[in-house]
Amino acid sequence: MTKLFEVPLYPYKRTADQDAPAPVRHPVVIIGAGPVGLAMAIDLAQANVPVVVLDDNDKVSVGSRAICFSKRSLEIFDRLGCGDEMVDKGVVWNLGKVHFGDRQVYNFNLLPEDGHKRPAFINLQQYYCELYLVERIRALQTEGKPVEIRGGNRVENLHCYDDHTLVTIETPEGAYNLEADWLVACDGAGSPTRRMLDLDFVGRVFEDNFLIADVIMKADFPTERWFWFDPPFNKDQSALLHKQPDGVWRIDLQLGWDIDKEKEKKPENVIPRLKQMLGDDVEFDLEWVSIYTFQCRRMEEFRHGRVIFAGDAAHQVSPFGARGANSGFQDVDNLGWKLKLVLDGKAPETLLDSYSFEREQGADENILQSSRSTDFITPKSEMSRIFRDAVLDLSEHYEFARPLVNSGRLSVPCTYDGSPLNGPDVSSLPPRTRPGSTVVDAPLGEDWLLDHLTGDFVLLGLGVDIPSDNEINGISLTGITIGKENISPELRDRYLGNAAAAIYLIRPDQHVAARWLDYDQTEIGAALAMAIGGKVQ
Amino acid sequence: MSDSVTTPNLEAPDAFYADLLAAHEDLGKEQSDAFNARLILLMANRIGNLGELRQLLEAAKEN
Repeated sequence: MTKLFEVPLYPYKRTADQDAPAPVRHPVVIIGAGPVGLAMAIDLAQANVPVVVLDDNDKVSVGSRAICFSKRSLEIFDRLGCGDEMVDKGVVWNLGKVHFGDRQVYNFNLLPEDGHKRPAFINLQQYYCELYLVERIRALQTEGKPVEIRGGNRVENLHCYDDHTLVTIETPEGAYNLEADWLVACDGAGSPTRRMLDLDFVGRVFEDNFLIADVIMKADFPTERWFWFDPPFNKDQSALLHKQPDGVWRIDLQLGWDIDKEKEKKPENVIPRLKQMLGDDVEFDLEWVSIYTFQCRRMEEFRHGRVIFAGDAAHQVSPFGARGANSGFQDVDNLGWKLKLVLDGKAPETLLDSYSFEREQGADENILQSSRSTDFITPKSEMSRIFRDAVLDLSEHYEFARPLVNSGRLSVPCTYDGSPLNGPDVSSLPPRTRPGSTVVDAPLGEDWLLDHLTGDFVLLGLGVDIPSDNEINGISLTGITIGKENISPELRDRYLGNAAAAIYLIRPDQHVAARWLDYDQTEIGAALAMAIGGKVQ
Repeated sequence: MSDSVTTPNLEAPDAFYADLLAAHEDLGKEQSDAFNARLILLMANRIGNLGELRQLLEAAKEN
């Protein structure tokens, strides 16, 4: 059978740019057609910003790689027009089992909060995620949206200028140049862009290696997540077993940092370990195996003039908690509308500095969470091991200890507290929807609140009438009024608390910009100006 | 340091102290370390409040 990741999806094709007498200028060029680069392209194309994606390859990624897509990512995919594809294919699990040494210490049911359109997360191989993103781009092209993916286009050189970047690209038919008003580097942890520009990648917190394997079980196996601390088949390390679509199971074995990668990867070394892990009587085929090395760190600044970094190119964390690809989608979500406003001349270029501010904050949060997980999973001192083992021993008998067990805290979106884009708050309203936070989904009539937030600024009135179409300083502002009779208990709990009415100013990336108890057009105008980087026309 | 965490509060100091030593009596070093860790975690859960727990951590450091 031909695997999905063996088929060229965007093979090299000659473009007019290669025959142009002078380098052709593009508003946005994205380097890298991984999940983050593809999502970035969709967001911009949907907003009618012409965009070109360059990638030296022409296929989706090999093997499962990123497999856990969080609720926030699914909500972003909904806005990008491909949420259903991901969720329909993905696997939802609720039962997890935690093992310590050779015994199971407890199991848990996730019981996610009700009243959200999307589940807490799904498991899905990265290649499916990329496939659906590419398919979405093809659909946008059919609609006439200005987006191109150029496979077999390897960026060889960059020259940065004040108002653009000159990009030299190698192809099977020779090199050509093009110019980008804005260059978005989504070229992964080893980012060649970062290297070409000789930029830092500082703050290394720790590094580790993982053996990751996709196996196909020959018989039924439960849809559960199994995590092992210090198992007999991987002493002093951790292991994880996860269900993916198509009967493929993903296994992550932590290896530590000082290892012989070639030796560990050999099937004759991998298979006995997996047998120990799954039980001798479980038959399986090894589909794919790889060693994944990560370092936990981030770039000091995500924006360098006209070059902006997103995803793993800007920051890297451990896989515990699924904060890699998921945080990359939050980068995209944050950057798309800002680039659009700057390109349209509606916001100052400095709006893009808020991308750095907010997403650096997000990366720091992820690094902190990821470091805490690693400290629990791989104790660094005798005393930290004593406490870790005590937590796990207690967790077998006492429920109180289970929240201390840290095998990775699932990625939740960053709340941009202190962001320069945040406007006024009302402290008596619920803290979880304060300025800087993502809009929390809730049932709204026959559908969901987030279904109504599709890429413009929104003024949401709960129990207050809002004009439906507003334009302030050239920025369109969609008004949504939810009458008192339509306020669901979840909406009340998440947006009103004890207040009778409230007004929320919501950014295109579904983050709250400001909120009030009453309608005041002057206040709203000032908050909107603040949310686009402080430009008052 | 806030008084609430360091003012005397034990109902029966001598009895508690004796029980604490008795609990360790037949334990080797490794088992005692594990016991202490479990006890700290149980006590921390009983206190619950992060501010108070941080005061306790500070009070322990000052000695």
